[in-house]
Amino acid sequence: MSTVFLALQTNEETRPIIEAILQDNPNAVVDEQPAMVKINADGRLVVRRETIEEIIGREYDLQEMQVNMITMSGNLDQTDDEITLFWKS
Amino acid sequence: MDMQVAKKKLGLKERYAVMTRGLDWTPSYQKMEDIYPYIAYEGIKIHDWDKWEDPFRLTMDAYWKYQAEKERKLYAIIDAFNQNNGHLNVTDARYINTVKLFISGISPLEYVAHRGFAHAGRAFPGPGPRVACLMQSLDEIRHAQTQVHSISNYNKYYNGMHDFHHAHDRVWFLSVPKSFFDDAITAGPFEFMVSIGFSFEYVLTNLLFVPFVSGAAYNGDMGTMTFGFSAQSDEARHMTLGLEVIKFILEQDPANVPIVQRWIDKWTWRGYRVLTLVAMMMDYMLPKRTMSWKEAWEVYFEENGGALFKDLARYGIKMPKCAEQIALEKDHLSHQAWSTFYNYAAAANFHTWMPDEDEMAWLAAKYPNSFDKHYRPRYEFWREQAAKGNRFYNKTLPMLCQTCQIPMIFTEPGDATKICYREVDYKGDKYHFCSDHCKEIFEHEPEKYVQAWLPVHQIYQGNCFPEGTDPTVEGFDPLAAVLKYYNLEHGRDNLDFDISEDKKNFAEWRGQATKNI
Repeated sequence: MSTVFLALQTNEETRPIIEAILQDNPNAVVDEQPAMVKINADGRLVVRRETIEEIIGREYDLQEMQVNMITMSGNLDQTDDEITLFWKS
Repeated sequence: MDMQVAKKKLGLKERYAVMTRGLDWTPSYQKMEDIYPYIAYEGIKIHDWDKWEDPFRLTMDAYWKYQAEKERKLYAIIDAFNQNNGHLNVTDARYINTVKLFISGISPLEYVAHRGFAHAGRAFPGPGPRVACLMQSLDEIRHAQTQVHSISNYNKYYNGMHDFHHAHDRVWFLSVPKSFFDDAITAGPFEFMVSIGFSFEYVLTNLLFVPFVSGAAYNGDMGTMTFGFSAQSDEARHMTLGLEVIKFILEQDPANVPIVQRWIDKWTWRGYRVLTLVAMMMDYMLPKRTMSWKEAWEVYFEENGGALFKDLARYGIKMPKCAEQIALEKDHLSHQAWSTFYNYAAAANFHTWMPDEDEMAWLAAKYPNSFDKHYRPRYEFWREQAAKGNRFYNKTLPMLCQTCQIPMIFTEPGDATKICYREVDYKGDKYHFCSDHCKEIFEHEPEKYVQAWLPVHQIYQGNCFPEGTDPTVEGFDPLAAVLKYYNLEHGRDNLDFDISEDKKNFAEWRGQATKNI
């Protein structure tokens, strides 16, 4: 499977998001670069709203991530509950 | 106290349907082909526009909300940067030349992208892509504006940026990025989406923004880093739009596949040639390097692009064939480009220099197959000559490639000792090309590319002197006249960094910032 990735700015808003992603995706690998955190995963990566809400203790709209996103790779699908990045082959 | 009962909100998918397709209507008293006149001539067949959906399912109301938040964050930081004399915190003043390259080479393209997406969005009968194009069009003008605002602070202190838009439309090497985008916006709406939306945004954007932005982060430039990240947060959406557009077109009709493949081949190569400037910036212009051009190409194109084209193989789309030649050039591209700018530093809007010993060692380590053999010897020779007072600024204009407009500086794929020349005869004229790929692009659309505004031809035809110039007077200095036309001042905006006002001022100001004088 090819690698999908998501890169976020390093800041207070993304810290719990990254924590949630790592909880939900055991295959995710973190690559910390200056001012940027890149999360790589083989084939598929899921960002779950509920996990983020548990960590931050408030309601969270996944569209808020738009503010801190740097780049990504893979096909994307977003619903109220999840953002999924994936390759089909 | 009354209990607040939360109203049942629509889910994301329903909201998206209501706010895009729900806002569309079928015209009753005008014909579709009159309203959307550009949609058929490229040969792309679309059967069901409703099959297109933005994977982020972003609607205009949410768009305004998040964009406003991005702007507030950005301007807070720009203010802090300016209030704190942030420009004195960069690694060394050579770094500022990358900012000059950015404002005159890239920011004007953001504005053209704004126009391009507005035009493409208007041309599409489907509400999904139309809304996504509207958002991207607004993003692009935001990028142009925020870049101008951020970099205006550098312009107060350093040279070469004072008339960047005027320069963009005139300076010889800036015709490379300019003509690239002009080529894209004068194509049809589908080709524009494949060229900029897919090939540039999805396949190549990481090579433009990530190196510039992380370069800024490594070199203490908080202003550029912040607008870079702010722009980049839109870029994830643009990439998704680019990929979605390609998948949508390919799924609509098998007859679309060969047309799209030709566009991908063409625009990957066109985009890559423009990135020559980025390659040189990464390997030579950042005092503190992030990664080499070669490494960036391997991570963001070979690995990441490889995954993308593997995924698109199910539609019958193949990796663009130019990838093979690019792989052969990756050991040479940045060195050949920097050598050229060092030669033509008298005619540029930024300063050049020869890498110092540490930098040569870095280059040799990053480019073990090429640097010591082909490039170090010429740099050492040039450095020696400069030390003896023989710094040579080339004033003879180079031959340009008719397609990419880069001087004919590139070597044969696989032979770094021989310049690559290709030519085509067309309607009694001879046209020159830097590569097989640029030649093929010309041969497929000669009527478009014979119209290219090539800076060197224009100078020789006398079109790049200030009004009233008489080139026949004795002692006429063509370069001086051209610089006037560019609105650049000889000795201030051009030549080597070592003798520049920028270097002198930066050292003085930094001294003042740390001492009580």
